Amino acid sequence: MSDIADRVKKIVVEHLGVEEDKVTESASFIDDLGADSLDTVELVMAFEEEFGIEIPDDAAETIQTFGDAVKFISGAV
Amino acid sequence: MFDLTGKNALVTGASGGIGGEIARALHKAGAVVTLSGTRIAPLEALAAELGERAHVATCDLSDAASVEALPKLAAEKMGSVDVLVNNAGITRDNLFMRMSDDEWQSVIDVNLTSTFRLCRGVLRGMMKARWGRIVNISSVVGATGNPGQGNYAASKAGMVGMSKSLAAEVASRGITVNCVAPGFITTAMTDKLNDEQKARILTQVPAGRMGDAGEIAAAVLYLASPEAGYVTGTTLHVNGGMAMI
Repeated sequence: MSDIADRVKKIVVEHLGVEEDKVTESASFIDDLGADSLDTVELVMAFEEEFGIEIPDDAAETIQTFGDAVKFISGAV
Repeated sequence: MFDLTGKNALVTGASGGIGGEIARALHKAGAVVTLSGTRIAPLEALAAELGERAHVATCDLSDAASVEALPKLAAEKMGSVDVLVNNAGITRDNLFMRMSDDEWQSVIDVNLTSTFRLCRGVLRGMMKARWGRIVNISSVVGATGNPGQGNYAASKAGMVGMSKSLAAEVASRGITVNCVAPGFITTAMTDKLNDEQKARILTQVPAGRMGDAGEIAAAVLYLASPEAGYVTGTTLHVNGGMAMI
């Protein structure tokens, strides 16, 4: 697994308090990992800080799963 | 009780009568304060009076860029914004049939839209800290209406609905959002009323007197305190019984 995916996973595990093996490529933050809408905003904020990037609102809306997040961030850094 | 040691507070309209008293009360409780307003001289005078733990940040609340910059500026001065008091407000009274779009819009912009922008601007830090206090200064007329103040009453009622919505969104993050609704308080704003107007108003106030700014500041201090952590989305009316709601 890439360095980016590891760092994203660490944030998700810490923020949502879920087991690491639940954070799979297709795991939906809301449907599978128990996030509410405010959690998703906070995750995006945490990604922005960790990677020093800006994630615009329309892009943030497309980030539904762990895989989406890794893919977006990999393209942005 | 009501110890704010280690907390950083931003107060808008701190050059005014009520805002100045709010800043004094928070400062006295141990908070670091950033005093914001349009006129720098009274802000610097108040900062000098308070001594340590007081900063000044001028801001024109009718200017979007200036408003957007204020939370960042305050956080740079203090390290964070843990308590936000949106106290600044203007009136441009006129009878409804005579009210211009400009009179309407300027009051909505300064009283309501700037409050929205400042709340939004401080949320990120409060969410990360899992602690925050937002106190929006509404008005009794936001609940009762008042002839000649359609714009002002709308802005103050708008603050209440906005505060409740935000309160529901961020309650799980340890952030509370409340309003304080002053009745008739002795300030420069009410000094503009003539004696006849004041006498008429007082007939509607069971307490039989105008309130003073310190009585508003005490309500704000309570809502800003750790002890008020379970109070959110409410409006604390401080009006001598003028409107019991």
